[in-house]
Amino acid sequence: MQFAFLLLSPLMGALLLGFLAAPRPAARLNVAVAAVTLAASLWLAVDVLAEGPHTAMGDLFFLDSFNVFLVVLTAFVGLTTAIFSGPYMHNELTHGRIDSQRLRLYHAMYQLFCFGMLLGFTTNNIGILWVSLELSTMATVMLVSLYRTTASIAAAWKYFILCGMGIALALFGTVLIFYASLHVLGHGNEALTWTLLKQHADKLDPAVLSIAFCFLMVGYGTKVGLAPMHTWLPDAHGEGPTPVSAVLSGLLLNLALYALVRCKLLVDAATGTHLAGNIMIGFGLLSLVVAAFSLHRQRDVKRMFSFSSIEHMGLMTFAFGIGTHLASFAALLHMTVHSLVKSGIFFTVGHAAQAMGTQKMAEIRGLIRHHPAIGWGLIVGTAAIAGFPPFGVFVSEFLLFTAALESYPWTVGVLLLGLLIAMAALFRFVQQMVFGEAPETARPVAANMLPVYVHLALTLLLGLAIPAFLADWYGTAARLIAGGGGA
Amino acid sequence: MSAALLHQLVNGLAALMLLVSFSLLAQHRMLAVLQWFAAQGVLLAATAALVAYGTGDSNLYISAVLALALKGLLLPWLLWRIVRELHVHREVEPLMNMALTMLIAIGLTLFAYYVIEPIERAAELLTRDSMAIALACVLLGMLMMITRRKAVTQVVGFLAIENALFFAAIGATNGMPMVVELGIAFDVLVAALIFGLFFFQIRSTFDTLEVEALHKPLVEEEEER
Repeated sequence: MQFAFLLLSPLMGALLLGFLAAPRPAARLNVAVAAVTLAASLWLAVDVLAEGPHTAMGDLFFLDSFNVFLVVLTAFVGLTTAIFSGPYMHNELTHGRIDSQRLRLYHAMYQLFCFGMLLGFTTNNIGILWVSLELSTMATVMLVSLYRTTASIAAAWKYFILCGMGIALALFGTVLIFYASLHVLGHGNEALTWTLLKQHADKLDPAVLSIAFCFLMVGYGTKVGLAPMHTWLPDAHGEGPTPVSAVLSGLLLNLALYALVRCKLLVDAATGTHLAGNIMIGFGLLSLVVAAFSLHRQRDVKRMFSFSSIEHMGLMTFAFGIGTHLASFAALLHMTVHSLVKSGIFFTVGHAAQAMGTQKMAEIRGLIRHHPAIGWGLIVGTAAIAGFPPFGVFVSEFLLFTAALESYPWTVGVLLLGLLIAMAALFRFVQQMVFGEAPETARPVAANMLPVYVHLALTLLLGLAIPAFLADWYGTAARLIAGGGGA
Repeated sequence: MSAALLHQLVNGLAALMLLVSFSLLAQHRMLAVLQWFAAQGVLLAATAALVAYGTGDSNLYISAVLALALKGLLLPWLLWRIVRELHVHREVEPLMNMALTMLIAIGLTLFAYYVIEPIERAAELLTRDSMAIALACVLLGMLMMITRRKAVTQVVGFLAIENALFFAAIGATNGMPMVVELGIAFDVLVAALIFGLFFFQIRSTFDTLEVEALHKPLVEEEEER
């Protein structure tokens, strides 16, 4: 029942919005649909909290503490982004960057993207997980090319081709898992059902699963934005509309990482070694370092923050790779706070770019003088994402360091260096954008900063005192993930 | 049909599949590329039908029909329409000379066998080599995407990878579960439509379908002071 609400509301929303050309009602309907989705997700969360993990509609859907909080997070950021995108897209419409036809496409694709995300998180079938990830990718490809400028079309093409290649490799990995499991679970849906695979993981052929993981790692890793497969990510974030950058960074990368972790759990249980974890640690550290240095070379504000996303996805991949209880807890918390802060930052940056009429950092000046709310939002958001206390990112990174010291002490040097270099880059650029005199070309914008404040307040709350039920929740999820770990 | 005969037939089709992938890579003309791509689709349908007949799994007949309709007829026809509409059907200039491409392709095929080797020892199913060949075809599709200039050939490479994955699913596992298969087929169809849409957009904004032109705006943006 709740599943029907959760999945059908974005799907019906996409259909309805596909026919609704009037800009203002469409924006309101978009928010309403997102609100219904959030309500359904909260309802589901309460259920899971009360009754523990359960499957629904046969074995088709599956919820445990790991994915249910991601469902809520997705629905929540989906709602705030919808609220943000109303006035933002209206500004774009009045500035003439899009017309009402494209706005209609935007709304329909936005809801289709939400549908793909939620299907991916709740499905119990790793084949469907692949299908839904591909579906969300295609919806976002349409969104990235929305402005139809040369750069945005080129970025969308690159995104589609690279992620298409990557995701093809992930499908090959999924076929290999199916190949290993059909001897055990028979030839049918059961052989791709995650809960059953997990139960019988020890009977799966370890050699096949190790090879499968390499394909899944490169495949889903491309979508997570891990170096060296990350090159699509800054282009797609930089050229698409800002609400799309926010959901790409805040949500889509999470789904890809979620898929990777689900597969890692199977591989760990089958092989009994820490091979998958070690591969993830390697990719995670490499992404962190590559992103930290690349941050210094950016000139476009959205591209810069997308490199910061690569950095943080690297951190999470690293933490899941360690795979201990503490590390998994840190990774889950980091996933939450990163989604909240990063989408908040993109909201702010979107308004800043609209006010200054450019995304080039060299031409954005004096935000605090021009529009204090945007300026302060940007500086507080940057402080939060750079890992300053008392925000949640500090807590999750602190936990992550503790976990790394326990298991892989040598990595702490790399982590510290990476984070410091990244922080230096963020402040080097953000300080210039926020302070000083505003250029005369700056125009006033109707900024809706409420979603930003809500996101930052939640991050602050998670940094100061995580509510007991939430900590419990993360704890259970972390135990689930660490339980399958080999180390 | 005896298991041994089925085994031999599937292996034969796998060999043909590899051959088609190589010839796809070796073509100079757009029409020939699309014809070989269609041949690959028909081959897929034949494999699915054969395995369906051999194992008595009626679901696979649906896959066979789907493959024939979608990959053997609809997609090549759609691409041909686009190619004619946009007048890009003459030459497919490769970035690398053909001999070198072929040598790399042979290397990739050997690599695929090497990767799959530990699995093969454990396999007792009717199709031992099809997994290795499917992986080789995936890699050849990627090579095609890398070495061609035209956006259309890149897409053919992408769809050839998709074909190879479908072949892996049929040859090594007798086909994925129906739900997943339908989902994948739907995704491929939508992907092809989006690609088609992109061709027109790229054409109207860049006035060419050369992929190199696509890199320029991004690189310029990065280098601009």
